Amino acid sequence: MEPVVSFRGAVCLLGRFPALAGVTLDVGAGEIVLLQGPNGAGKTTVLRACAGLVPVVEGHASVLGIDLRTDRRSVRHRVGLLGHASGLYEDLTVADNVHFWGRAGRARPADVDAAMARLGLDGRLADVAVARLSAGQRRRTSLAVMVARRPELWLLDEPHAALDQQGRDLVDSLMADAAAAGATVVFASHELDRATAVAHRTVSIAGGTVASAGQTPAPVSEPIS
Amino acid sequence: MSAPGTSGVRVLLRDAALVLGKDLRLEWRSRVIVSQVVPFAVLVLVLFAFALDPDRRILTQATPGLFWLAVLFSTLLALQRAFGVEAADGVGDALRLSGLDPAGIFLGKVAGIAVHLLVLQVVLGVGVTVFYGATPAGPVLLVATCLAATAGLAAVGSLYGVLSAGMRVRDTLLPLLMLPVVAPVLIAATQAFAAAYDRASGEGWRWFGLLAVFALLYLAIGIFAFEPLLEES
Repeated sequence: MEPVVSFRGAVCLLGRFPALAGVTLDVGAGEIVLLQGPNGAGKTTVLRACAGLVPVVEGHASVLGIDLRTDRRSVRHRVGLLGHASGLYEDLTVADNVHFWGRAGRARPADVDAAMARLGLDGRLADVAVARLSAGQRRRTSLAVMVARRPELWLLDEPHAALDQQGRDLVDSLMADAAAAGATVVFASHELDRATAVAHRTVSIAGGTVASAGQTPAPVSEPIS
Repeated sequence: MSAPGTSGVRVLLRDAALVLGKDLRLEWRSRVIVSQVVPFAVLVLVLFAFALDPDRRILTQATPGLFWLAVLFSTLLALQRAFGVEAADGVGDALRLSGLDPAGIFLGKVAGIAVHLLVLQVVLGVGVTVFYGATPAGPVLLVATCLAATAGLAAVGSLYGVLSAGMRVRDTLLPLLMLPVVAPVLIAATQAFAAAYDRASGEGWRWFGLLAVFALLYLAIGIFAFEPLLEES
């Protein structure tokens, strides 16, 4: 089966700096892969390259069967990226944001409502402007958008950041549920105890290359259609 | 941009409506245009009146130009607001990942800005009547000019707005980029308005034609150019 993520000597430049200097990485369908490494190692750039937001200028890179070097825009609506920024409109309410981004991603209204309920945003928080939310509540709202869109590939950059204990447990269960449903999860985290418990495999990144790719397990499930 | 055909057009219009609805909701929640941009425009009209007050006849004669200058300055503020929200806290990335048709985003932004500018022009229209004593003789030409000029300003503004959205210097760069390009709108709209106020509609309709061509040209350019500009922002 073709890997969901396949990088061979992938190079990405941020300006003239090689943020990725020849990354080789395979991620199979249904896997949960943890990217770990020091600050500036290239974890975020791997996630953004997988999302088609950073161009791959050398080597081979494909995601969900799409060649990122020739058509990186086509992969974007099939992936979900939770980055450091919230990606939310500050003046809109939680419900406004989740419904807008959900509809933009062709999510069904029922899925949007279910995602808000799963993240605990269906009560009084729904009508609160994002500008008034705490960092953790913003994180939950961004996660609700991702859950509503049901992407085939989840890309999460420090997903536990700013969340309380309950929120962190929820993130872990969301990743496990997504993988069980056939989606693939790649996430970066510095909280290794928690992250390694939920990940099937740990990939170490240092200096813009993969230092160790961990052991590839047997496929967990069929990819979602 | 979507593949051509009925379904492509339907997706484009659906996405444009979604973005328009979001922008109107943003204004409904924040009231930035109503509470800041419109008062600014009225203030500009009042200051023009102070500057030219000794001779009210000059004010009346200069009404078309002063009206469109006030619209132009206020448009810059409205654009900075419209594209500032698209650059904040990762929204630009979210837009690129959203699956929305870039041409649909462009048309939605144009429509949202146009609605705000039309509201602004209604207020300014009342303002020039009250402060300058100017009464239009050709209301049809007046309305048609407002619609065409608004479409042109919103289309050009959306193109340069997204181009400068991701830059740290966007607030100062946007006027520098945009003002020279919209000079034809200012000239043509002022001339058409002058005709509408002077009962010389025939001449005014020719200027309206120029405005309509300008608007259509920039709408077409935007539909095709917005995607690479969004990519670079």
